[in-house]
Amino acid sequence: MTDASSDTPSVIERTRPIAAGAGVVAAAFLTDTPVFVLGEETLLFAAKDNETRVAAHGGGILTAVSDGTRIVTGGDDGKVVTTDAAGTTTVIATDAKRRWIDHVAIGPDGATAWSVGKQAFVKPGKGDERTQEVPSSVGGLAFAPKGFRLAIAHYNGATLWFPNAAAKPDAMEWKGSHTDVMFSPDGRFLVTAMQEPTLHGWRLADGKHMRMSGYAAKVRSMAWTVAGKWLATSGSTQLILWPFQGKDGPMGKQPELLAPREQRVMVVACHPTQEIVAVGYDDGMVLLVRIHDGAEVLARSPGDGSVSALAWNTSGTLLAFGTEDGAAGVIDLA
Amino acid sequence: MSDKIPVTVLTGYLGAGKTTLLNRILSEPHGKKYAVIVNEFGEIGIDNDLIVGADEEVFEMNNGCICCTVRGDLIRIIDGLMRRKGKFDAIIVETTGLADPAPVAQTFFVDDAVGQKTKLDAVVTVADAKWLKDRLKDAPEAKNQIAFADVILINKTDLVSEPELREVEARIRGINPYAKLHRTLRSAIPLDEVLGRNAFDLDRILDIEPQFLEADDHDHDHDHDHHHDHGDHHHHDHGGLKHYHDEDMQSLSLKTDKPLSADKFFPWMQELVAKDGPAILRLKGILAFKDDPERFVLQGVHMILDGDRQRPWKEGEKRESRLVFIGRQLPEEKIRQGFESCIA
Repeated sequence: MTDASSDTPSVIERTRPIAAGAGVVAAAFLTDTPVFVLGEETLLFAAKDNETRVAAHGGGILTAVSDGTRIVTGGDDGKVVTTDAAGTTTVIATDAKRRWIDHVAIGPDGATAWSVGKQAFVKPGKGDERTQEVPSSVGGLAFAPKGFRLAIAHYNGATLWFPNAAAKPDAMEWKGSHTDVMFSPDGRFLVTAMQEPTLHGWRLADGKHMRMSGYAAKVRSMAWTVAGKWLATSGSTQLILWPFQGKDGPMGKQPELLAPREQRVMVVACHPTQEIVAVGYDDGMVLLVRIHDGAEVLARSPGDGSVSALAWNTSGTLLAFGTEDGAAGVIDLA
Repeated sequence: MSDKIPVTVLTGYLGAGKTTLLNRILSEPHGKKYAVIVNEFGEIGIDNDLIVGADEEVFEMNNGCICCTVRGDLIRIIDGLMRRKGKFDAIIVETTGLADPAPVAQTFFVDDAVGQKTKLDAVVTVADAKWLKDRLKDAPEAKNQIAFADVILINKTDLVSEPELREVEARIRGINPYAKLHRTLRSAIPLDEVLGRNAFDLDRILDIEPQFLEADDHDHDHDHDHHHDHGDHHHHDHGGLKHYHDEDMQSLSLKTDKPLSADKFFPWMQELVAKDGPAILRLKGILAFKDDPERFVLQGVHMILDGDRQRPWKEGEKRESRLVFIGRQLPEEKIRQGFESCIA
């Protein structure tokens, strides 16, 4: 058990604390400016000497995603909003009935996807909005790493949709409620998180199923390590890493279990160039965990609520964190 | 634990008066803010800042148990509402007239994030005094809502006579003798009778005595379970008051003053709900185990059980174990025998 024992090396003194003032939904870096998406209305741009708050929504912010150049958010005001590095917001879509925007995704060439209830929408960088209805409310959205293809998670499986093609979308079936979806970075696997404490996966070449189970709780955070070698996830009191190196992915393999504590892992974020995972726990602690030897570095001590957001900048020198109770900060590891 | 947001579920067949009750809750000067989750979003005027439309998506869980269902839409909506924590004090879920309350209740036990941030307070069912009798015959949903309820409003009492009202009450009691019953006009009721009930709080499982009809006052000592002993008679007169035995929905009450064996009780209970969970809508128990100085409290919805030690038995307190069930075609003899076999 590593419970912040005094011999764990620490980088806490490299932290620049930021008073977010509201629960943090997500964090991202736009160029090298840390941006915190707050629970209501606001994006907080926290550059070193210049904090600005950008009003993006007229209500709660339900979901957010970033590709490093912009942040797309969905709100309970029925709006899909994109915010660029300069802090300029643009409304991409407004639901006519002001229904909640549950999920968002960023695609190639300026494309954006979002969902409202059973309806998934895609707006390409240029061109008209398209929509696809799935059998039940959308649980998650993800663009494929190559081509213009969107995965839509829902009850009893996922739908793979080519928004530019007239063809019927492919149905990937697996019984149960799928609450999140991701492609592996090489595009060979599709992985969903489920309402049950388990992940499901398909090898896209042959539709072969993969079951990744043994979790204590629903998996709410998943991330790929550099080059997609491992899938890091929350859902347990330790960091769970599924091996995706071989051609069969994790089929028939056991996951690596690192950084065990008595607290649940809430958020994981993988370093962009090294096999290091930032792990945020329910008590507010953040550890940096090196995969090959399990070495741990303390990045944040417990306190101020459950960790709700973690993000690395593109070079991996800065780590941003946020908690449900509105604590936030940036750790400079350079 | 205490900062969990309470969630009240309003059920009731179409036209019974749910929306009237909801509007009353929202408009009374209680100084509280509610987040409201409704169906038929936007069709009925509800004046509230935080109002969300639900889709009533019932999802089966992949745990080999067909009755273990959750409301996927509630999980998503409650997760979203938590972004605005601090903007409301409680959540009210208004279901459609056709909704089954079980998946709603199970959501709070099954989903860890929902269970961590919110707690189910009570299921409140609004029944139409004039039409409930007919609905109990032709609408299984209406019967479910009565059977599942912690609080029942018999509404629109001005549309029926006193004898008719008593008959409606007797029919409700035939299905669910444990809910608090209120007669109302236009859903008017003091709000503390429907909110802040803690009906699913293990610490509040204190009183699982059946709630008796006023007319029963003369006859306190009769066996509370007598209505199960008249299998074929669907109603019969008893001291001037009608008692109904509903054909498919019953309650069952078991008690013993002999201590139970924990080693026998828990395996029995696990197996019972694993096999007969689909038939059991709700169960509650206060249990006295041999050599255990503390009271054990238990509740269940279908196959889901939730139990804990509650507090030490008090000096002079009768160490009696009670277990009550409400269910559909309960295997009564089997449950009775099983319970008795758990006596230490």
